Amino acid sequence: MAGINVNPTRMELKKIQTRYQTARKGHKLLKDKRDELMRQFLDVVRENKVLREKVEMALGQVYHSFSIAGAVGNPQMLQEALICPKKECALDVSYRNLMSVIVPQFEIQVSDAGVDSCNYGLAFTSGELDASVKELNGIQEDLIRMAALEKTAQLLAQEIERTRRRVNALEYIMMPQYLATIKSIKMKLDENERGNTTRLMKVKDMMLKAQREQRIEEDDEIFYEAHPDERPEEEEA
Amino acid sequence: MYKIGMIGDRDSVIGFMALGFSVFEAKDSQEAGKILHRLVKSEEYAVIYLVEDYAEKMESELDKYKDLPLPAITTMPGIHGSTGYGISNLRHAVERAVGADILFNNNN
Repeated sequence: MAGINVNPTRMELKKIQTRYQTARKGHKLLKDKRDELMRQFLDVVRENKVLREKVEMALGQVYHSFSIAGAVGNPQMLQEALICPKKECALDVSYRNLMSVIVPQFEIQVSDAGVDSCNYGLAFTSGELDASVKELNGIQEDLIRMAALEKTAQLLAQEIERTRRRVNALEYIMMPQYLATIKSIKMKLDENERGNTTRLMKVKDMMLKAQREQRIEEDDEIFYEAHPDERPEEEEA
Repeated sequence: MYKIGMIGDRDSVIGFMALGFSVFEAKDSQEAGKILHRLVKSEEYAVIYLVEDYAEKMESELDKYKDLPLPAITTMPGIHGSTGYGISNLRHAVERAVGADILFNNNN
């Protein structure tokens, strides 16, 4: 993986090392977040699946009994009975924070005129209708709960997808890039260091050589002064 | 206080009037889409139930509202029975989150 193109200086190295540390910490945190989100998500989905199967089955029965009610009476009767409901259904929405995902929670508020679930005149309607409305009342709670769970699942799925992308981007792009850059800067710095050392050694060698030659000359001078006859004849310039 | 909306064909939704839901009849998915849009825009509805037969044909519409915290748009089987769309929707959510379907693979 190609690193980032920066000047190979110690300052850049320090900067990138800090960034790498941050990325690593962030990666760890995001990974934990993803795992926890996933756990919660799977719980929600499992519950949702069970609930949906239950609701779908119950709804099938409700539709069935409604068709019977429609068949026993007449369709007009059915609509007349239902079109003007006595009770009003409202939802209280509260929000829950699931790993910083805001998910709605619903609480049903029924403004009911009476305890009676049938809000129509009983004189012109059939008993089958009463039964089916009662059945429908039975699954109302589950219906609302299913809606909340489904929404939660969708929102969590979205957040997990986003977190997963971030984790992967950090793990497979950012962090290797930083590492490669750090390595290349370190190699360049080391190379410079070695170049510097060899240069110093070379200079030192040169200086030592010069010193040694000077010392030899001085020694020769002393020797010749003691034994002037051994001095080689100086060439005349 | 929010309301509960219900969109579908007449036979499927008529019973829900008795529960006090706000029921909207739609003859086809196009009309259902228009109603849905209106309901979402009004911001008065926290939950909107949509009959599966229509929901299947308006996936792109539903995707638009998927990531909003409200309303919760939930599909449910109509009078013709379950088409399996609700479960498959759940499966899509799992696929989106996990990258692979790990919960439902033995069903289909």
